[in-house]
Amino acid sequence: MKRSVPLAIVMVGGILFMIQYFIPHQHSQTLFDYYTEWAPIVGAFALVLGVGSLTRLHSHKIKRKAKNWQYSYAVLIPLFGIPFFALIMPQSLGGGMMESMGGDRLTQGVFDFAYMNIQVPIQATMFSLLAFYIASAAFRAFRAKSALATVLLFAAIVVMLGQVPIGELIGKWFPKVGLWILRYPNLGAKRAIGLGVGFGVLATQLKIIFGVERNWLGGAGE
Amino acid sequence: MLKRVPAMLFALLLATGFAWAQAEDPPPAADSEETLSAEESEIAIDAAVFPGDGMIAPSNIVVSDWPNDAGDALLVTFDPGSETENDSFIGYTIYRRIQGTEEFQKVGLTELNEGTSFVDGYDPDFVVEPGVQYEYMVAATYLSGAEVSSEVTVAQEVASGQLYHSGKTRVLLGCIIFLGLILFYFYAAQRGVEMYLRPIAGIEAIDEAIGRATEMGKPILYVPGLSTISDVATIASITILGRVAKKVAEYGTPLLVPNRDPIVYTIAEETVKQGYMEAGRPDAFDKDSVFFLTQSQFAFVAGVNGIMMREKPATNFYLGMFWAESLILAETGSLSGAIQIAGTDAVTQLPFFITTCDYTLIGEELYAASAYLGREPKQLGSIKGQDACKGIIMAIITLGLLLSLTDLIAGTETLNWLKNIVTMPVVD
Repeated sequence: MKRSVPLAIVMVGGILFMIQYFIPHQHSQTLFDYYTEWAPIVGAFALVLGVGSLTRLHSHKIKRKAKNWQYSYAVLIPLFGIPFFALIMPQSLGGGMMESMGGDRLTQGVFDFAYMNIQVPIQATMFSLLAFYIASAAFRAFRAKSALATVLLFAAIVVMLGQVPIGELIGKWFPKVGLWILRYPNLGAKRAIGLGVGFGVLATQLKIIFGVERNWLGGAGE
Repeated sequence: MLKRVPAMLFALLLATGFAWAQAEDPPPAADSEETLSAEESEIAIDAAVFPGDGMIAPSNIVVSDWPNDAGDALLVTFDPGSETENDSFIGYTIYRRIQGTEEFQKVGLTELNEGTSFVDGYDPDFVVEPGVQYEYMVAATYLSGAEVSSEVTVAQEVASGQLYHSGKTRVLLGCIIFLGLILFYFYAAQRGVEMYLRPIAGIEAIDEAIGRATEMGKPILYVPGLSTISDVATIASITILGRVAKKVAEYGTPLLVPNRDPIVYTIAEETVKQGYMEAGRPDAFDKDSVFFLTQSQFAFVAGVNGIMMREKPATNFYLGMFWAESLILAETGSLSGAIQIAGTDAVTQLPFFITTCDYTLIGEELYAASAYLGREPKQLGSIKGQDACKGIIMAIITLGLLLSLTDLIAGTETLNWLKNIVTMPVVD
């Protein structure tokens, strides 16, 4: 029962929505819209499980006085503090309302302030690390260790210089060759991968619909 | 006296305008039950800015059901009047009302270069209801705002939804062929037909990577991507996680599985638990080994990077869907000295993984990994089915190449024949 009911739901739903793609009738569209509106609700309920997991993990760390257990408070206090204050003091969250395009903020509560001035800059910092990592990754990738790596290095130089004004100053052919590499060999390879992915997705979906692949059921799969 | 001249001229102009407006020809009378006089509508034509006498209004309005839709669109076509000769003509305003009601709604304006047809129903503010009888009126609209309206026409057809999208026939045929091939190989494999699969280094390295972590006594980090369970790459990753968890349980190696999506977290937890049960070591399963981190993309990356730097896992698996965070994760893992195996179907992230990881499963290899690890006949059959589908595509590409060369040399147009067969029309 634990296994057959989910499998039956997936099989019926999978076949139904496969057929639905070819039926433009309003009843078919209504069914699809109904499903797409309903599905995120399940996700909202699952968030409770996620919060439960986070709470359990960090409370265990605190209880066991595991390494760096103090940091667990930094997770748990905001995790419960923000919703708590949001319920009893909604104004503490602040607005996030903009008076007009580019205007001043109407209200700025404690958490709104913290979000805008702590979390957003931290996230931006994480994202900006990418630039440095790209440089170090490129350094490793472009080492001419073999004939193929040398080809890669040459192609990379042409493409990169073709994208910047100095490339055109070096030679008029730079941007053209760079564009050719992007449009033909590169696009061809990308499409080949895309095609393989497409068939892989198709086969995986069929395996799920027909119950060949059951690991997504978790413990009920076997 | 002179001061009064402008006022007198204005009065004269007003009187002339009024007389001219009164002299306007009355709209033609209704000659059938299906045609109503435009005068009955509430659309006022500003007589003072009327573009000129003798203008012929758009006519012959034909309303037909728009094909291949949910019954929420109608095609309105009409014949132009004499407005196109006028420089101040800007386009046609389409009016619609439900039969039996008085008030017309302005449902759209076709620009000058858009011809004399209009698809009604695309504007979400003016929805066409299936099965409702509408009446239409088309007005030639001028720069001044003046309009010359057609007669009111009862729509010849009502909007209705179709049970089959005729524009998707080629998609359907393609699906039938590919589904048929995959299912054929499913059952061929089940009948016991031997199937050879080329070795994939990344998949074969999974056991080696788990063994390395075991020898070093360090944990294994498994990131099942950042996407939701609706992403097929995540499902493929969860499948591989099940196999990895079984091995890990056998070797008694610690496993860490941070998750970004709560649904993926619950499934991952159950999958790992199942892996430990299959290995006969359910007691060794640590509930804290699979955990939810956060839904915020870069906060998740910060969390995982922190785990890498603190716990120093010997092996990192990044399998599933990744975005901009792929390089940050893989580069940090590389700095921590872990052996790394990545796999994703995100083409834009593959170069980052290839550069920073020891092994990378490229695109479809991620989907094939589960079958490779499990070696179940049906799973292997699905891979052969995919290969057969790719064989067909390769044959079509080769044929296209040959036809293209033929056209180049002989000046023929044979490639168009192939294009007409394989290209799909753009459909909703």
